[in-house]
Amino acid sequence: MPEPILQLRDVSLSFKGIKALNALSFDVERGEICALIGPNGAGKSSLLNIINGVYRADSGSVVFNGERFVRIRPAQAAHLGVGRTFQHNALFRHLSVLDNVLAGLIRHCRATMVEHAFGVGRDRRESREFNRRVDEIAAFLDLTNHRDRVVATLPYGIQKRVDLARALVGGPSLLLLDEPMAGMNQDEKQEMSRFILETNASLGTTIVLIEHDMSVVMGLSHHVVVLDYGRKVGDGSPEDVRRNPDVIAAYLGTAH
Amino acid sequence: MSFFVETLVGGLLAGVMYSLVAIGFVLVFKASGVFNFAQGSMVLCAALTFVTLRDKGLDFWLAALITLSVMVALGIAVERVVLRPLVNRPQITLFMATLGVSFVIEGVAQIVMGASVHELDLGIVDTPIEIGGVQVSQFDLAAAGTAGILVVALSIFFNKTRVGIALRAIADDPQAALSIGIRLQTLWQIVWGVAGFVSLIAGLLWGARQGVQFALTLVVLKALPVLIIGGFTSIAGAIIGGLIVGAGDSVAEIYLGSLLGGSVSTWFAYVLAVAFLLVRPAGLFGEAPIERI
Amino acid sequence: MSAIGTDAIEGFGTTGSTAQGTRDRLRVGSAAVLLATLVSIPLMANDYWLNAILIPFLIMSLTALGLNLLMGYAGQASLGTGGFMSVGAYATYNLLLRLPELPLPISLLLGGIISGLVGVVAGLPSLRIKGFYLVASTLATQFLLEWLFNQYGWFSNYSTSSSISAPRLAVFGHDLSSPTGRYFLTLATVVVVTAVATRLVRSQTGRTWMAIRDMDTAAAVIGIPVSAGKLKAFFVSSLVIGIAGALWAFAYLGTVDARSFNLDRSFQVMFAIIIGGMGSISGNYLGAAFMILLPILLDHVGGGLLGGAIDAGQLENLQRALFGALMVWFLIKEPRGLAALLSRAWTQLASCFDR
Repeated sequence: MPEPILQLRDVSLSFKGIKALNALSFDVERGEICALIGPNGAGKSSLLNIINGVYRADSGSVVFNGERFVRIRPAQAAHLGVGRTFQHNALFRHLSVLDNVLAGLIRHCRATMVEHAFGVGRDRRESREFNRRVDEIAAFLDLTNHRDRVVATLPYGIQKRVDLARALVGGPSLLLLDEPMAGMNQDEKQEMSRFILETNASLGTTIVLIEHDMSVVMGLSHHVVVLDYGRKVGDGSPEDVRRNPDVIAAYLGTAH
Repeated sequence: MSFFVETLVGGLLAGVMYSLVAIGFVLVFKASGVFNFAQGSMVLCAALTFVTLRDKGLDFWLAALITLSVMVALGIAVERVVLRPLVNRPQITLFMATLGVSFVIEGVAQIVMGASVHELDLGIVDTPIEIGGVQVSQFDLAAAGTAGILVVALSIFFNKTRVGIALRAIADDPQAALSIGIRLQTLWQIVWGVAGFVSLIAGLLWGARQGVQFALTLVVLKALPVLIIGGFTSIAGAIIGGLIVGAGDSVAEIYLGSLLGGSVSTWFAYVLAVAFLLVRPAGLFGEAPIERI
Repeated sequence: MSAIGTDAIEGFGTTGSTAQGTRDRLRVGSAAVLLATLVSIPLMANDYWLNAILIPFLIMSLTALGLNLLMGYAGQASLGTGGFMSVGAYATYNLLLRLPELPLPISLLLGGIISGLVGVVAGLPSLRIKGFYLVASTLATQFLLEWLFNQYGWFSNYSTSSSISAPRLAVFGHDLSSPTGRYFLTLATVVVVTAVATRLVRSQTGRTWMAIRDMDTAAAVIGIPVSAGKLKAFFVSSLVIGIAGALWAFAYLGTVDARSFNLDRSFQVMFAIIIGGMGSISGNYLGAAFMILLPILLDHVGGGLLGGAIDAGQLENLQRALFGALMVWFLIKEPRGLAALLSRAWTQLASCFDR
């Protein structure tokens, strides 16, 4: 069996003495879609923030592609191929869809500021190449018609797709999606599910996502990890998790 | 040694005067997240109104009362006209708006009341007295005493009264405070009114010390490093920050100034503040927010 | 959030409508007409116009452009503008004085680069702090620089008076000390810098800045080099402001005087970009024109209409109050400033043409 792309080992995190994550360990296999579920405040977003270095774990480590990190920095995670979308809108709101997605390619930029200023050297070649890649992703996620719109003027569902495009354009090997379908209606959710499945199937991207809608989770993921108050209460295939009595007590049994 | 102590004490007392202006900032910032750059021009406006009324022959207390009403009205007006339409905008926008307000207040106050330097006599004798072998200015002592009383009064106001408790609730969690029925806008008006009152006290003391003139607005530039060192949300921080800046300024002026060959007090407090910022970005008493994404 | 107050998005960069092409052609066309006018102006205008209005207007635009790159594009507010202008002015002065063999354009550029490097140092705190904390730290820069140039005579070549006269201006043997010469020097500099800056803000470097402005945490997470981006913004901004400072001293005042680069200058430039439009290139010219013309207009109204009944001090107070009120008005009603008003006007005009 090949080595997992991501391994979490005894990760703990607390805010002002309140434990958000408690000695959490699990693996994410290469090429799978892994869903993190659990009630609000279970520590799901905090976990994503640790994986790509926004927060620093109090103890434990993250192993990514065989490399062990005690603390990874956000920029470093991005360079290693970790993409990320956000629960609350974190787009560059005054920029167009095109500019937002192009921003996802800045880390691949080799041209220097002087080359940019005078439009010489690598600048021209890179901007042609970047525009081509943005056009591809925009076509893939059905954003071509909105290409030149300022994102703040777009409907919420489309903004979520722009966020996905921005994360995807840099070609990540691991993609973290924080509630990609929050606030969407059924049609929009189905559409987003289709995009996530296609990304996984055609680009081979490993995906870790947080989602509340159980029917979506069960239909989408290969692997489900259940969190409750910072602890792991379930870890397995969707069917296993559905049958797990601890999970039912902690999560499915509650009013969610 | 005694020269050093004298310098230090003089600096600490001057620092209390900075704290006085800084407290006005803290009140407004705590309640509404607005960094009120116009606090300095409110100090000028208060002092200018007061001396103009006194020059017209009004009794001290009557003049103080009228000035107080003017300042409270001004504070409330700024809140209604400028800040209410800017609700939910980035803090730096609010800051720039108050910068604009300070220009308006300075311009209008001087058009109406003139730009010449006025004497302001509060009847406090300014002869130095000796305490334990150290020469101390009586005026500075009185000013420090007034500031002390003001701080105690404000602390009681904010810890014991309904308004004060509501204010702390707002500072802690605006959403939750709103949901239990605290009226945000009423509260903001009260706070701006109190800020007007604090500028009156600061205006009288600073005006008596330096003469009432345009340069009074510059106290805002002295109060800024005080706030950075103390944190924007803590009255205790404003006091301690003021003492640090006051003492640091006068000690640096004597020792560092002679080393570098010139007046260092124009920038020393700022460099000190930036050094503090780099070590503790939220100030001595402030709390760093948790970044949520 | 380090975004600087811009919530009005209507009419800003929304392409795809049929009026767009016409609108762009109108804008390019009018910019060309404007440039042609600016080049041919010395044929018609007298020295007063050049000295008192056009030269300061162009230099103010350049300064505003410099600050706008930092504040409007990269979202880092600064009140150190006067300080950076003085660095550019004193650096260029010393280069002209001590290395007279260097051609003027090179000295100007080197003066700008020195100012840019000072800007990088001044920008270091931005890696840890933001918002008005950063404003406060740029104030530290402003006061420290003001003090430095007053304190140490080396910078002004131990001149006895507080201001020093500028060396003769010449490019490749052509004397530029006449008003027309100084005007063309300024115009050429402004055109070149504007062209480069326009390119820069549309490149990945500009996108880096705007990403940091709009959402810095998200920018870091998607791999944008936030710290380097901020420092680059400080460098380019201070470079442009430094060149503007040198021109202010040599092409406008004719002296290098630390007092003309005080905190009031920093405020003035900040006002210019707020009124003109943050995050817009054309806004710098609109804002600068406003800042230069309004006082002159008030002077004429005060002097002519009211027959000199108002004295100069009162006019200055009136001006102060008016600028303050306008700044507040723009922040509330039109955070993208005059540039956005103009942009809407263009769109309307274009739709009239298309009909």
